[in-house]
Amino acid sequence: MSGNSVGPIHASARSGAPAKGWDRQQMADRLSEKFQDGWLVNLGVGIPTLCSNTDIGDREITYHSENGLIGYGPVLPAGQEDLHLVNAGGQNVSLRPDSVTVNHADSFAIIRSGRIDVTVMGAYEVAANGDFANWKVAGQKGGGIGGAMDLAACAKRVFIILEHVTRKGAPRLVPSCALPVTARGVVTLVATNYGLFAPTGHGFRVVELAPGMSFEEVRAATGAPLEG
Amino acid sequence: MRSKTFGSFAEAVADIPDGSVIGIGGFAAPGTPYNLLKALREQGAKGLTCVGNTTGGAHQPRMPDIASLVENGQVKKVIASFTAATRPTDVLPFTKYYESGEVEAELVPQGTLAERMRAAGAGIPAFYTPTAVGTELAEGRETRVFNGREMLLEYALPLDYAFVRAHRADASGNLMFRLTQRNFCPVMAMAARICIVEVEEPILPAGALDPDAVHTSGIFVQRMVVVPAAPDGIWAVRREERKK
Repeated sequence: MSGNSVGPIHASARSGAPAKGWDRQQMADRLSEKFQDGWLVNLGVGIPTLCSNTDIGDREITYHSENGLIGYGPVLPAGQEDLHLVNAGGQNVSLRPDSVTVNHADSFAIIRSGRIDVTVMGAYEVAANGDFANWKVAGQKGGGIGGAMDLAACAKRVFIILEHVTRKGAPRLVPSCALPVTARGVVTLVATNYGLFAPTGHGFRVVELAPGMSFEEVRAATGAPLEG
Repeated sequence: MRSKTFGSFAEAVADIPDGSVIGIGGFAAPGTPYNLLKALREQGAKGLTCVGNTTGGAHQPRMPDIASLVENGQVKKVIASFTAATRPTDVLPFTKYYESGEVEAELVPQGTLAERMRAAGAGIPAFYTPTAVGTELAEGRETRVFNGREMLLEYALPLDYAFVRAHRADASGNLMFRLTQRNFCPVMAMAARICIVEVEEPILPAGALDPDAVHTSGIFVQRMVVVPAAPDGIWAVRREERKK
């Protein structure tokens, strides 16, 4: 098992990070810090894929992609891609010395049998009781589930990354989900641009506030009770 | 033994009747049988049920996908793990036909979709899974508690035909996939009565593949066609080529 020796530079060394709150890479970095040595980690499409850019130091983390790819490295630049090799988001990633490919049934056997230590997903809403919604928006016919329901029901832990409020300013951390849920009572940690939060059953406990964010400010933007 | 190798995609799909249930392999580009999809569109069978991970992407230029069969009026129903775009700002070609009611759809979690076909190929009629318990998808359906955990009953999904793309094959139909090309292809091959494969490399004589390296046994493969070089054959393109 190899470390992250082929991994990219630490994202927080980038310029352009906001003076207040976290940008998307910083949100991903904060969650990645919680990954423990030896974990098998599944990253969903969107912001969660940024977790694989985080410098994880000496920890040995294996990334699993639902399409049957176990152990992969960074996305390759244009011209260097292997067109037979994609992650869950269809990005052309790289192989690692211990990478393996399996078929879809085996990939989801890994998921359903509880071997994924954490799945990191985006969402529209997270509720105080650990429910979350990420497959269907209001008024839409059909939806996009992909592997989310299998992962959410069966991974040992579910971490969520999402913007703290909608574009219209409505809270995404809510007392209960208004949208159809992906799974119930599974979320244990949430990263937003305002900080890190843990659902407690009736509210959200602040694990860490992002730089420049006050408790009062975050409480006003949170739909469920905020606990210090 | 009759040869499994066909001279053209048109010949390989010629007898597919109206109303068939067809599994379309692939996840993103790898494993997607673009050439067989194009041939089926030209062949024109109607009332089809198409099973796949998605109905096809939103990006340009369009590649042959389930949505291209929908646009051609050939599809009655789609069974997929995405029936809407992952990003609400993306517009899927499929959406217009789905919203107008011209085509039905059944939305299935991806692991359940794979396992329903695996079960069909393995002679198992149904199974229980924890996936989707407590969601809208489970409403009104049979659940049962095993070891203290609620599980949802799911039924096997047998296919009439599977369309898959493989990297290498021998004359017996033994297949090898390359990297993430494998995805749904082996389970679809096993779930189908007739599996039709587009093969990227010239077909090797029987016995040329290492028996320990075969991913799908020729038992599950009935027809093969070699993908010709572009532009006669359709190959995945790199991002920068797609932009041109």
